[in-house]
Amino acid sequence: MDILADSLAILWRFDVALALLVGSVGGVIIGAIPGVGPAVAIAILLPATFSLEPIVGLTALLGIYGSSMYGGAIPAILINTPGTAVNALTTYEGTPMTARGEGRRALALAYSASFFGGVFSVACLVALAPLLARIAPHFGSREIFLAALLGIVLVVVAHRGRVMAAGMMASFGIFLNTIGLEPIQYSQRFTFGQGWLSGGVNLIVVVLGLFAISQAFILLRSEDDGRRPDALGGGILGGFRELMRHKRVASASSAIGVAMGMIPGVGEFTAQFLSYTLARRQSANPDRFGKGAPDGLVASEAANNAVPAAAMIPLLALGIPGEALTAMMLSVLYVHNVVPGPQLFQGQMDFVLALYIALLLLNVMVLVFLLVSTDFLLRLLAIPKRFLGMTILVLSFVGVYSLRNSMTDCAIGAGFGLFGYVLKRVDVPIVPIILGMVLGGIMEAKLRTSMMRVDTPMDFINRPIAFILFMLILAVLASQIWRALRGRR
Amino acid sequence: MTSGRHQDGDGAKLFAMAFLALTLLCLSQIGVQTKFSSSGALVAQPRFWPAVGLGGMMLFGAVHLAGLWHRRGVALSAVCGDAVRVGEFALWFMIYVWVTPVVGYLPSTIAFMLCLGARLGYRDGRMLGTAALTGGLIVLLFKTLLSVKIPGGALYEMLPAGLRAVMIAYF
Repeated sequence: MDILADSLAILWRFDVALALLVGSVGGVIIGAIPGVGPAVAIAILLPATFSLEPIVGLTALLGIYGSSMYGGAIPAILINTPGTAVNALTTYEGTPMTARGEGRRALALAYSASFFGGVFSVACLVALAPLLARIAPHFGSREIFLAALLGIVLVVVAHRGRVMAAGMMASFGIFLNTIGLEPIQYSQRFTFGQGWLSGGVNLIVVVLGLFAISQAFILLRSEDDGRRPDALGGGILGGFRELMRHKRVASASSAIGVAMGMIPGVGEFTAQFLSYTLARRQSANPDRFGKGAPDGLVASEAANNAVPAAAMIPLLALGIPGEALTAMMLSVLYVHNVVPGPQLFQGQMDFVLALYIALLLLNVMVLVFLLVSTDFLLRLLAIPKRFLGMTILVLSFVGVYSLRNSMTDCAIGAGFGLFGYVLKRVDVPIVPIILGMVLGGIMEAKLRTSMMRVDTPMDFINRPIAFILFMLILAVLASQIWRALRGRR
Repeated sequence: MTSGRHQDGDGAKLFAMAFLALTLLCLSQIGVQTKFSSSGALVAQPRFWPAVGLGGMMLFGAVHLAGLWHRRGVALSAVCGDAVRVGEFALWFMIYVWVTPVVGYLPSTIAFMLCLGARLGYRDGRMLGTAALTGGLIVLLFKTLLSVKIPGGALYEMLPAGLRAVMIAYF
């Protein structure tokens, strides 16, 4: 009870409430603009939060992270263009519903399902907190190393059809992270005698280049095709009533979202596809799927919105990010002197609980905002793409330049922007680069520490959690090899 | 930009080959660019993790390239042409970066939005006005309200004392 009171005291401040409001409303708006997305927004705003207090900066970014998928459903349903990449399946059912004149009904159902998924996952987080607090201290250096390795393996194999390209980029991320002064013998690595490389390649500059600047380039090269949706039919308040008719689909999809969110490297896409497939398989009328089936819409939206809160579990308990957005959140935590890992659950449980409550509150705020602002948000869909590209470029400047007032950083950011553009053009994934950089650093430090305490390689996995993680890595690799061999036959 | 899963082809092949060449170049330099001391465990060597990264880049890159060999997709000229055209926007960005510490954040941002807007073909007053207003609002949000670290422009020194202080602090 004391912890709860302390958590509420952390949040019970005007600036925190304002940050939560701005973050959650901003997240919805960003999500509703096709081509922007939370990764771009968090990358740009990250340096701007450095001057804020940790809880204020974190809450604002957490708001964007948790609420963008709500907004992403709007263009997915109304103009067949997902606002964020994870709203892709929403188009399958939302667009046909809009074509039938049921746009408002589809939006209401999407909001309700998203809210259900969000609240469900926060409830799971709270329920799991005592268990996590008990398990987290059993994670020593070797377990964290193995969890990070599992994260990298999962991220690579999650890119089906592009596994080799993903492995190549994850390795590139690991290599990038090693450039500069290494922390043990203080020798320079791959600096080629250049002073500007001694400090290493800054993660935030790379994130801004790959996500924000490359996206600006893509938009600047696009045609302006801002589309205003037609007039909407149906009511917006009946969403929860209709959701109750699909409560089994909503619960199962949210549970899948939570489970997938907790596994590093898996995330929203897999959660969404699994939930959608399960809903179709269990539906009495599977033929309706793809033609505007409300249960398909519920499955997609409940699953993707259950992921962000669940993805905070490996991030907070082990310091292991599962995908690009949580990797960015990890840098937010580090910048604000919050070191995620087992000690966070032991020493700062009030802070962890405050983050959970903030996640819960943002779901409520977003729902209220959406109920009153949908008509306003429809106007955002008409913003010309190239105009958005210009704006993102100017915002990217703030993100990169305000870090260290360095023109070199800006040049590196622009270079990674070009690199990211080319990668997207040749269909090579960019997310593994970021995870390689983040997880590579964790693996380097933890492997070095843990090898000091083992005599033989087998000692490395002689603890239960380490053994389980090792077996999981082997199982994932074996299944990947099996799939590749079967595909060849 | 066209996008899709199976657009890899000549352009993708060139990229994979360039990536492998860069990896080989870095691998050839690993003895010079990293340290390996005779004492200490292998995993504690400064050379260990760069070798892991470069080894992975080499291995995965080679298999990726081999997988692309018999496919055909986006033309090399399309990828190169796109990269050059996007390079123009990178240049615009760098000019904006270079000009800002000289003329100041507010004037440079408004000028950048107006000039790039005109370059993109926005000619009517409404769009250009919106571009300038957006630039101004971005400055107000980040520099005036959030006080992000962007130094005042050198040209601000020429302003009268009172106005100079305000411009340096807020714009």
